Order: sequence, then structure tokens, then C-alpha cells
Amino acid sequence: MSSARAGTTPWLLAAPGALLFTALVLVPLVLTFVLSFHVYDTASGVKDETTLAHYATILTDSYFLNIFWRTLRLAALTTMLCATIGAPEAYILSRMGEPWRSIFLLAIIGPLLVSVVVRAFGWSMLLGPTGLVNEVFRALGLGTVKILYTETAIVIALVHVMLPFMVIPVWTSLQKLDPMVEAAAWTLGASRFTALRRVVLPQVTTGLLSGSLVVFGLSASAFAIPALLGGRRLKMAATLVYDEYMHELNWPLGAAIAILVLVINLVIMLAYQRVVEARARRTLG
Amino acid sequence: MSRMHRNGPIALLFHTLVVGFVLAPLVVICLVAFTPANTLTLPTTQVSLRWFAAVFEHPDFVASFLNSLWVAAIAATIAVVLAVAAGLALDRYDFRGRAALNALFLSPLMIPHLVLGVALLRLFALLGATGSLVWLTAGHIVVVAPYVLRLVLAALSGLDRSAEQAAVTLGASSWIVFRRITVPMILPGITGGWLLAFINSFDELTMSIFITSPATVTLPVRMYMYATESIDPMMAAVSALMIAVTAAAMLLLDRIFGLDKILVGQG
Repeated sequence: MSSARAGTTPWLLAAPGALLFTALVLVPLVLTFVLSFHVYDTASGVKDETTLAHYATILTDSYFLNIFWRTLRLAALTTMLCATIGAPEAYILSRMGEPWRSIFLLAIIGPLLVSVVVRAFGWSMLLGPTGLVNEVFRALGLGTVKILYTETAIVIALVHVMLPFMVIPVWTSLQKLDPMVEAAAWTLGASRFTALRRVVLPQVTTGLLSGSLVVFGLSASAFAIPALLGGRRLKMAATLVYDEYMHELNWPLGAAIAILVLVINLVIMLAYQRVVEARARRTLG
Repeated sequence: MSRMHRNGPIALLFHTLVVGFVLAPLVVICLVAFTPANTLTLPTTQVSLRWFAAVFEHPDFVASFLNSLWVAAIAATIAVVLAVAAGLALDRYDFRGRAALNALFLSPLMIPHLVLGVALLRLFALLGATGSLVWLTAGHIVVVAPYVLRLVLAALSGLDRSAEQAAVTLGASSWIVFRRITVPMILPGITGGWLLAFINSFDELTMSIFITSPATVTLPVRMYMYATESIDPMMAAVSALMIAVTAAAMLLLDRIFGLDKILVGQG
């Protein structure tokens, strides 16, 4: 496919993009990395001296550790819920006939294109003290339950936003499964459950795994959902960075937290690449 | 055969609940937007367009909407030009540093927008460029270009090159071949990429919130700031308008490229 006559043409074609991406991705990241080692003083701002103090603070101070722990905990919970909802849903979708299959696939992954602010606002209306959910609770005689500005609200909305990222890879791996294989298992005497566990599940594990990695990474760095549904008190990593930059004005500390978020994300993404490559090798070999 | 694969009643109940969960917040927004009341209530006896009218009486919302529209249209257009050029280089040539360039172009997909936001804020602060609409747009180009590049690469790799070779044999210059043959053949990838880039830029919040100034606030950032201070049905009306814009773009995308193909490729 690729012709071998290299020369300068490919470089000329790629140069404008490469320059822009170097200037607006690589350079700013290096600057932020450097910034995270700068001394910050509340009176005089960022100084030229270097220090490891910001990293020491965020890795030892219980205020920061609590927020990181909440971030990881809620991201893990979101991932588990997305897997338990998204994987069966993808399986059900794959067994539907047309046109329902296409319609519902669009209904489930289409909201991906709606701004996350809009979706967060929708949930804050549903979960608020006068929202629909509480009205149903009151009608059932359960009284008003505080959901908005709790971790529950954050997780509900995160699951809502992340669900397509789980359905898509599981759906993709189910597409490669010949439905006759499952039928063959039934004919050979396997129960529906056994066929599901021994035939379908092994096929979707890679999809499930790559979906989980993406959902976890995106949840751990989510901003709008915790900001709008967690309130001021319940912070996650991204809202913490926003506070350090915009309210505390301690950019170096904020930069250190952002670098930490980036490193965790890159580790997850590398794991994701491994999963995808392993899957590619398996389908080829 | 198809009977064997029908979903059972439990599966269909589960499916109904999931679809309900997915659509609930969007449906509620669209209903509340038509409320005649002063609070976030579902319209019961009558519907009103007063909150839609209220949106257009807020000059800051109108200005932000126009900002978003411009930023998204320009960012998507430049991203398409850059991605087609880079896509040709990556697809057609084997050269040193090809893998590194590919990784560079796709890197914004792996970096949280939060991190890109603070990184660009630092750069713009050092350049004295905070609050510039041009630099904001440049940031958006970087975020949306990878989506376009993926669609362009997919279109290029599925391209039958024999028409191009025939044109070359008949004496066409490489520019003519590109303009008259290659571009028309990858046009669905280009238009699909432009729309996807437009939507992603139009919706972008997390990076923009760090690099906008009062004069360059985009619509999602304006909505975020409004929602943190007060919540009234006007937010629902703005949200409903955004859903409408997104839905229109989605329908177009579906016509041009097949939405499932684009989104499933996006995972």
C-alpha cells in the first residue's frame, strides 16, 4: 500500500500539522512539567527556584490523598457498573433484528455527541430535591432523598456518560462472533447459561477489557460531572486542578496534579494499546 | 434461525431500562424547556416558548453561541486541511519517523482535556495570548484533528488506486489527480470528519474552560458558569437548543457516513 519513494514530499505534507501539534501539545506539556517543579509563594507567585515540594504535598497531605482516593474509587465503581450494564446491553443489541438494532444502537451511542454540560444539567434536574426521581420516591412514600451533590449523583451521571465507551468495544467484538457457534453449543446440550459463559464471554473479554480501560481513564479525569453534580465539597482530581488554577492561583501545585493525572492516563492508555494489539494478533494468527 | 436468537422478556425489560436511563436526562431537558413556570418543572397544562425567548435576550449567551459556532467551523475546516495532508503522508509514503508522526497526531486522544487545558493556559500565559480567539481556535484544532485524521486514513486505505494510476498514465499532474480523483473518492471521509470535528469542538468544555477569557467564552463554558450560579428553565432551553444542533449534525453524519461506523470506530 505505501509506496517506497520517500524523499521530502511526505514531510512537506505533514509539516504544517506536525508544527502545530509540536507547538500546542508537546511544548505546553513540557512547560507544564517544568512548572510543576517551580516554587510558589502566595505573595509573589511563581518563582524561578525549583522544588519537589508540590509532589511531596500531593502525595502525603491527607486532603489531596482523600480526593485521589475518591477519584480512583468512583472511577472504578463507574467502570464496574458500565461493564455490568454495557456488556449485556451490547449482547442484547447484537441479537436484535433490523431496523431495531440500528435504531437502539444509535439511541445508546448517540448521546456521546451531546455536550457533557447538557447531560450533567439533565441529571441535576432529575436528581435534585424537587426532581423527577425524588417525586417518584415521595409518591412511593419514601420521602425526599438527598442525591444531588453526593457521590451517588456523580456515579450515576458518569455511568450515563461512559456507557457508550463500554457498549462500542463489546459490540465490536460480538460482531466477530458467529451466532451459529452459540447455537451449536445449545445443540450439543449446553444450557443457555453455559453457552453464554463458555462461548460468548471469552469472545468479548478483550472488548470488555479495552472498554473498561477507556471508561476508567475518562472517568478519572472527568471534569464537568463532578463539578456540576458533586458540588463544591465533593472534589475529584479534575475539579481539584481547576480550583488550584482558578481559585487558589497556585499553578505549580495544579500542574503537579495535572501531570499525575496525565501519567496515570498514559499508563492506562498503554495497557489499552497492548490489549488492542493482542486482539489484532489473535485475529490475524 | 432468527427465532433462536430472539431476546427473552427479561432481556427486553433490561434493554428498556437501559434505553430509558440513557434518554431520560435528554428527554427531561427538552420537556422542561417548554415550561411556562419560573422553576424547573415539567409543563403540565400548557407549553410556553418564553424560556427560548429569554435565551435570545441574554446577549452573553448569544455572543457565546456565535463564538462557539465560529471556533467550531474554523477549527473543523483547518483540521480537515491538516488531516488530509498528514493523512496522505502517512498512508502513501514509507519514511523515517512515520510512526512517531502518527503517534504525535493521535496523541490528543490519549491526553485528558484537563491536562491539555492547563498546558495551553501555561503556554498562552507565557506568550501573552490568553483571551485570544485565534489561539483558542488553535487549541480546538489540535483536539479535533485526530478524529478527522482517523476517518481520512480509513477512507484512504480503502481507496482503489487504479483510477489515480490511470489519470497519471493519461498525463494528469499530481495536483489534478489529487483534486479531481483522490478528493472526490475520499469525500465521505472528509465531510464526515468535518462534522465530527465540528460537533466535538462545539461541545468542548474541559479544555476551553482554562483558555477562554470573558470575551471568548464558548457556549459550553457559558452554560457551565451559568449552571454553577443559578439554575432556571433558561438553562433547559439552551440545552434543548444544543441538543437540536447536535441532533441535526448527527442526522447529517448518519446520511453521509453512517453514524454507527463513525462512532464505533471512535472507541
